[in-house]
Amino acid sequence: MAARGAERVSVLLPTYNERDNLPLVVWLLARTFTDSGIDFEIIIIDDGSPDGTQEVARQLEKIYGSDKIVRKLFLFPSGTAYIHGMKYATGNFIVIMDADLSHHVRLDFMYCGKQKEGNFDIVSGTRYKGNGGVYGWDLKRKLISRGANFLTQVLLRPGASDLTGSFRLYRKEVLQKLMEKCVSKGYVFQMEMIVRARQLGYTIGEVPISFVDRVYGESKLGGNEIVSFLKGLLTLFATT
Amino acid sequence: MTKLGQWLCGLALLGSAWAALALAPPGLQPPAPLRQALLPLPVYLLVAFGCYSLATVGYRLATFNDCEEAAAELQGHI
Repeated sequence: MAARGAERVSVLLPTYNERDNLPLVVWLLARTFTDSGIDFEIIIIDDGSPDGTQEVARQLEKIYGSDKIVRKLFLFPSGTAYIHGMKYATGNFIVIMDADLSHHVRLDFMYCGKQKEGNFDIVSGTRYKGNGGVYGWDLKRKLISRGANFLTQVLLRPGASDLTGSFRLYRKEVLQKLMEKCVSKGYVFQMEMIVRARQLGYTIGEVPISFVDRVYGESKLGGNEIVSFLKGLLTLFATT
Repeated sequence: MTKLGQWLCGLALLGSAWAALALAPPGLQPPAPLRQALLPLPVYLLVAFGCYSLATVGYRLATFNDCEEAAAELQGHI
């Protein structure tokens, strides 16, 4: 069993217009990790934000040091930021999360706890089990979420309760393997990762997470999103 | 096999079993009461599944946690 000190967690943060949220997320992450004594690095992958996010990232690098903050500029279609960011990750575990404070960072160390507990290949945050949940969602959004999840469970029987959540911890080799195999983008990409992981026999642990509606900035769940979700779901249904 | 493949196989299996029993030629028909129940069975199952879906989604919708403390804690941290 590897000594605690030899392990490192790389956090991949794709950003777009997150100049307000970014310092908070980084601060919360840094504090959580140092409090639990886990070695970490944060890789900020920016999609050419026009609001000065990159400048904020540059300043953060100065504050925390360039072994802790790695900045990348990458103009990407949704989902492929991770592939790019992963090339620079030096940790043996990789955390994927949102930079808009919708994922409650306190739970980061719970991940490491859960991962150690079951030696899981993947630890997935779920909003639908335990005391996981959401805050700031109106009834319509909750209904769509539950409905979509129900459909997903019926069609794909994935063995995980939250497929579209994007707060997860992966072993580095597992993530690399999955990246090679996954072809979709956006929400569907997250779903495909779990489905393929099941197929390849990886173990998945679940941790309840709280999804708090954006502190700063806007969220999007329009008709387009729903349509592309359905298309993706059906594609996965027919191809996996 | 893909999920779609599994569904098609399952449906084909159940479908042929149902057709064999419910639409059999006069010589091989099962007793009348059984046939009467069998014929509308697919529709019943569909409706039952529909009700189950509505109930499940409704239940899950109602029990969808609102994490007030998490939000408050987050604000506190900030």
